Amino acid sequence: MKAYKAGISMRRVLLNYLGLIGVLIALVAAFGLCTDQFLTYQTFDSIANQIPTITVVSIGMTFVLIIAGIDLSVGSVLGLSGGLLGYCLVDAGIPLGLAIPACLLAGALCGLGNGYITVRWRIPSFIVTLGMLEIARGASYLITSSRTEYIGMRIGWIADVSLGGLSLPFLVAVGTVALGQGLLTRTVFGRYAVAIGTNEEAVRLSGIDPRPVQWAIFTMSGFLAALGALLQAARMQSAEPNAGYGMELQAIAAVVIGGTSLMGGRGSVIGTFFGVLIIAVLGTGLAQIGVQDPTKRLITGCVIVVAVILDHYRRH
Amino acid sequence: MIAHPDAPRLLSGARLSKSFPGVQALDAVDFDLQAGEVHALVGENGAGKSTLVRLIAGIVKPDGGHFLLDGHPYAPRSKAEAEAHGIRMVMQELNLIANLSIAENIFLGAMPHRFGVIRTGRMDAAAREIMTRVGLGELDPALPVNRLSIGQQQMVEIAAAVGGAVAARARCRILILDEPTASLTATESEMLFAQVELLRGRGVAIVYISHRMEEVKRLADRITVMRDGRRIATAPARELSTEDIIGLMVGRPLSRIENEPGDRAGDVALRVVGLSRGRWVREVSFEAHRGEILGFAGLMGSGRTELMRAIFGADRLDRGGIFLHGSTRPARIRSPRDAVRLGLALLTEDRKGQGLLLPASIRENISLPQLAQLARWGWVDGAAETALAVRSIQQFCIKCASAEQPASELSGGNQQKVVIAKWLARKAEVLIFDEPTRGIDVGARFDIHQLLIGLAARRKAVLVVSSDLLELMTICDRIAVMSLGRLTGILPRAQWSQEKIMALALSRHLNAKQGAFTHDESV
Repeated sequence: MKAYKAGISMRRVLLNYLGLIGVLIALVAAFGLCTDQFLTYQTFDSIANQIPTITVVSIGMTFVLIIAGIDLSVGSVLGLSGGLLGYCLVDAGIPLGLAIPACLLAGALCGLGNGYITVRWRIPSFIVTLGMLEIARGASYLITSSRTEYIGMRIGWIADVSLGGLSLPFLVAVGTVALGQGLLTRTVFGRYAVAIGTNEEAVRLSGIDPRPVQWAIFTMSGFLAALGALLQAARMQSAEPNAGYGMELQAIAAVVIGGTSLMGGRGSVIGTFFGVLIIAVLGTGLAQIGVQDPTKRLITGCVIVVAVILDHYRRH
Repeated sequence: MIAHPDAPRLLSGARLSKSFPGVQALDAVDFDLQAGEVHALVGENGAGKSTLVRLIAGIVKPDGGHFLLDGHPYAPRSKAEAEAHGIRMVMQELNLIANLSIAENIFLGAMPHRFGVIRTGRMDAAAREIMTRVGLGELDPALPVNRLSIGQQQMVEIAAAVGGAVAARARCRILILDEPTASLTATESEMLFAQVELLRGRGVAIVYISHRMEEVKRLADRITVMRDGRRIATAPARELSTEDIIGLMVGRPLSRIENEPGDRAGDVALRVVGLSRGRWVREVSFEAHRGEILGFAGLMGSGRTELMRAIFGADRLDRGGIFLHGSTRPARIRSPRDAVRLGLALLTEDRKGQGLLLPASIRENISLPQLAQLARWGWVDGAAETALAVRSIQQFCIKCASAEQPASELSGGNQQKVVIAKWLARKAEVLIFDEPTRGIDVGARFDIHQLLIGLAARRKAVLVVSSDLLELMTICDRIAVMSLGRLTGILPRAQWSQEKIMALALSRHLNAKQGAFTHDESV
C-alpha cells in the first residue's frame, strides 16, 4: 500500500509540474535562439537577483488564495514595512538588529489586522485588504515623508553575501519555497488550510476551529510582504515609499500560473515558484530582444491567460 | 391504465455500456420503456441505475450501445437536447439555484419575457398553478429557494421537471425520478405519488428509482433490477415479491435486522434541559442513555435538525443546559470544537454540503477530525494516515478504487460510509446521526443499521433523526417525537405504534389550527 501510494504521488508530482517545467524550458530555449546574450551567466544572475521579493510575496498569496481569500494589500504592506525599515535606520538611527524585527513585525501586524477583520465580521477579504492597500500606502508615504530613504551598505551587504555562488536573498527565497511547500502538504496546518478553502462549514462541523488558521495565514502574508521589503531594500540599498506598487497583481498572476485555484481548496507553493520564474524569464528575455515595455505587458498578459487555459485542460 | 405487455416501445436501449475510471458502471444493458408505464429501477448503490438514467437524460454519453426513441435513433449530446425531446429528469441531489425564487427555478431556461424583461406576474401565476399541483400551494412563488426545507426543495425540483416541460412547450413524455421521496415526509410523498399516477394516466413514461420497496410495489408497472452494472431481471411488478426483489438486488438472501430491545441501556450519557433556539427549538428536555438508540421522529420543520445542531454547538442556543456523562455541571459547548472535545459527534443531514470535502480523497476526509492525533509536532504522519484510511475502507466495506479516490466520485452510500468512518475513528461517546440513510440503497442501509446497533452494543449513546418511521421503529429503543420545535413525547418500544407517533408529530399543528399562535409567539 505504501509503495502504491508513493507511486501515485511521484506520478502526481511529475504531472503537476510537467506543464510548468515545459513552458519554462520552452521560453528559455526560444529566447536562447533569438539572442546570443540570453544563455549567459549574466542573464540568470540578473533573474536570480530580481525574483526573491516577488517569490516570498507570492508564497503568502498562495496560502491566502488556498483558503479562498485574497490579499490585495501585499504591495502596500511591502512599501510600508520597507519605509519603516528606512526610517529606523536613517532617521531614527536604530541599529539593524532592531530595525529588521520592527519591519517584519509591522508587516505581520498589517496581515493580522486583515485576518482579524475578515474573520471576525465575515467581510470578504477582497474589501478588507483593499482598505489595507490604501491605509498601508498612505502610512508608507507619511513615514518616509514621501522621499526615498537612502540606506547604503548598512543594508546592502545582505545582498552581497553569497554562499556557493548563490546570493543570500535568493537562498532565502528558495528556502521559503521549500518551507512553504512542506507547510502546505505535510503539516496539519496546511491540510486545514486546503480543507477550509474546500468547505469551511464541513471543517467547522468536524470539530476544527478554522479561525486560527485564517488569522495565521493573513498574518503570514503580511510577514512575507515585509520580508520581501527587506530583500528589496538590501538590493536597492534604499527604501522608497512607492515600493511594491502593483505587486499584488503580479503575485496573483504568478500564483495562478502556478496552478492555484482562485476559488480556494487547491494550490502549490512550488507551482507558484514556477509561476514567478516564468514571468521573470519572459520579462528578461523580452527586454533582451528589444521589446518595448507596452508590448512586454501585452505579451505577459497573454501568457497569463494561456497558462490558465492550459491548466484547465490539464485538469479535465 | 397499466401498459399492455406488447404495447409499442417508446424508448429502447440496447447493449448500453459506460465505464468511469476504475469502474464498469454499465455493462451491455438492455432497457425499454412504454408510454404510460411506471418503470421502477432498483438496485444497490453503484449498481448502475443512476448511470443508466443519465444516459437517457443526455447527461453522460454511452461508450457502447444505442437508443431508439419512437423507432428513430436517439443519441442526445446534452441535457438540453434530451429535454427538447420531452425527456426530463429530477436529480437525486438537489439541483436548484439557491438565490433564485421558486418561480425562477421552475421556469429556468424558459422564463416568459417581453424584450428580455421577465414578466414576473405571469411567471409567478403560472408557477403557483404548478406548485399547487405538487402540494406547494401555500408557498409564495417569489420566495428564494434557499429559504425552503430540503423536502420542499425536492418538491420544487419535481415541479420544475413537470412544469418546466410545459413552459418549454416540449410535452414531457419521459420523466425520470431519481429517489424522489428520499427527503419527503409521508404527506409530501402522497402528493408525489398522486402526481406520478396522474402523469402515467396522461401517457407519460416514468422511470422511478427508489430504495423504498413499498413505494416500488405500490407504483410500478414493471421493475428492472440491476446489480454491478448489469441488468439482472425485468418483470411485471405483480410477479415479484419484495423478498424476490431484494434477493435479486443483493445476490444473496438478506437477514432481517432485529434490535434486542431494552436491557442494554445504562447510565445517562446526555441530558438536555430546557433547550431553546429561536423559533426552531423550544424548551426541549430529554435524556439519552449509554447503550441505547434514541430516535427522533417528526415532520419536516419540526426542529430536529436544529436541535441536534444546537446540542453540537454548530448554532448558538438561546437557553438551556446540556449535561454530559452524568455530570451535574452544564457542559460548555460553544462550538463544534468544544463538542468534539467532550466526546460528541454529529453526522449531518447534508453530506455533500457539510459532511465531506468533495474534491479531497477518502484518506483526507477520514483523517480530517483526527489530524492532530496523526501528527507529530504538526507534521502529518502519512503512513499512519494511509493505514487509518485503508483500515476504515475495509471495516466499513467502502467500495472505491483506492484510498486516494476523491469523495466526489463515490456513490451516496459509500460517501455516507466515509463520513461515518471519519467520526468513528475518533472515540466519540455520544453520536448524533441526522438522516443517516437518506438516499442510500437497501444493502448499505442494512450495513448502517447494523453499525448503529453495534455502536449501542459498545455502550455508546446513539441519537438518530430520520423521516423514515419504519427505520426508527426497526432500530431504536425509544423514539422521541417533535412537533413544531417542541418535544411532544418519548415512547419506548412497548408503547409505540405508527398511529401514536404520527399523532404526537402532528399534535402542535392541530393546536396551532385551534388558535394557539399567540401562545407560540409568547414563548
